Amino acid sequence: MRIFYHPILGKLEEKRKITLEVDGKKIAAYEGEPIAAALLAAGIRVLRMSPKREEPRGVFCAIGRCTDCVMIVDGQPNVRTCVTPARDGMKIQTQKGLGKWAKKL
Amino acid sequence: MGKETMNVELAVVGGGPAGLAVAAKAASYGVQVTVFDENERPGGQLFKQIHKFFGSKEHQAGIRGHDIGYSLLSQCEEFGVKTMLNTVVWGIEKNMLGIQNNGRTYTIKTKKTIIATGASENPLCFPGWTLSGVMGAGAAQTMMNVHRVQPGQKALMVGSGNVGLIVSYQLLLAGIKVAAIVEALPKIGGYMVHAAKIRRTGVPILTSATICEARGENEVEEAVIASIDEKGNVMEGTQRVLPVDLICIAVGLRPLAELCWMAGCKFMFLPVLGDHVPIHDENMRSTVKDIYVAGDVAGIEEASTAMEEGRLAGIAVAEELGYLGSEEADEKKNLARKRLESLRLGPFGDTRAEAKRKLTESEVNR
Repeated sequence: MRIFYHPILGKLEEKRKITLEVDGKKIAAYEGEPIAAALLAAGIRVLRMSPKREEPRGVFCAIGRCTDCVMIVDGQPNVRTCVTPARDGMKIQTQKGLGKWAKKL
Repeated sequence: MGKETMNVELAVVGGGPAGLAVAAKAASYGVQVTVFDENERPGGQLFKQIHKFFGSKEHQAGIRGHDIGYSLLSQCEEFGVKTMLNTVVWGIEKNMLGIQNNGRTYTIKTKKTIIATGASENPLCFPGWTLSGVMGAGAAQTMMNVHRVQPGQKALMVGSGNVGLIVSYQLLLAGIKVAAIVEALPKIGGYMVHAAKIRRTGVPILTSATICEARGENEVEEAVIASIDEKGNVMEGTQRVLPVDLICIAVGLRPLAELCWMAGCKFMFLPVLGDHVPIHDENMRSTVKDIYVAGDVAGIEEASTAMEEGRLAGIAVAEELGYLGSEEADEKKNLARKRLESLRLGPFGDTRAEAKRKLTESEVNR
């Protein structure tokens, strides 16, 4: 959920609204926010399944170090969604294991 | 390395509090500075620190972290600091950096390099720790204070150091419930003023307690906590189940020192500063020629200390590059060192001051 009003930071600044496609479903996002933040706001917290045991993973460090939040973005696997800005029309997929490259990017 | 080469007089790796402070300081004396940062915008972790800083007036006490960030950025702008954002520094050798920007690789030739890459949060392993909803306290802080998104609805905080206490309070400010703070030690780790603020809100701080397990199908649904004895063993019968969807881990930070290792810097193991720390002299010079360090990478402390170390390194670099006479530089460096000393006072600061002395007095520096 978004924090529209914050007692110290005030009202949420209006940014350009965009649409992302996550596993075929459309969600609303703000341009430039990290993909992972947009997903959290939409209530999506499982971002990938681990390679060996297929266990769910989500945001862990949020500074682009741990790579727990990697997903397939526009056909490219292993994109760190916590530090990758959301752009209109991005196609995002939950990554299974190491992910696969789309045939044509 | 890359085909395209750029020349930079002073390269600063990392645009957090330390890096920006170096950049602004060195540039104010005329040094040509370029800051490289992996992120979309500079400021490092300053913009998530929405609390008022501590210390005295000269340390910008009473000012909130994000406001300090804005003022550093405007100083950098004023003195003509260049920034390369969305840029990863992936290699370093002597006076050369390998960087990547927008899928392209470049080589940077530098006269001096400052490594100000900061720190990362320590993880904590327990059954269920990989479930979605278990995250660093700093990660939760980034999501709520910078991106304005709630990382969960009800949280358990693990660790009662300053990060654990401050982030707990900020969770409440963001409209997230905090079920409890657990602390493995018999007493609260952070400053009493932060702990008191938490207790006034009614959130329990449970000392000699730990998390045993995170449970849930795909995401955290509940946390099991329990009391522990002096040896750290769980006391049977004290287990409790808390319905939470967020477990924040605040068990310390460690330096992000990969580039220092790569550059061949000598290190010292100093647990109080977070881990192996690059040895540096009292000018923040590492053991490798022309490479300096500043901020958390040179030992985990606070943002105020990081900025002061940055200013010190900035003055030292300006002097070495001939922009400042040695007399004037000495005077300024001594002032910066005095301010650093005053930031390392009290029961929390003493051990850090001692560890820092071990670094600067190390004979490896000579």
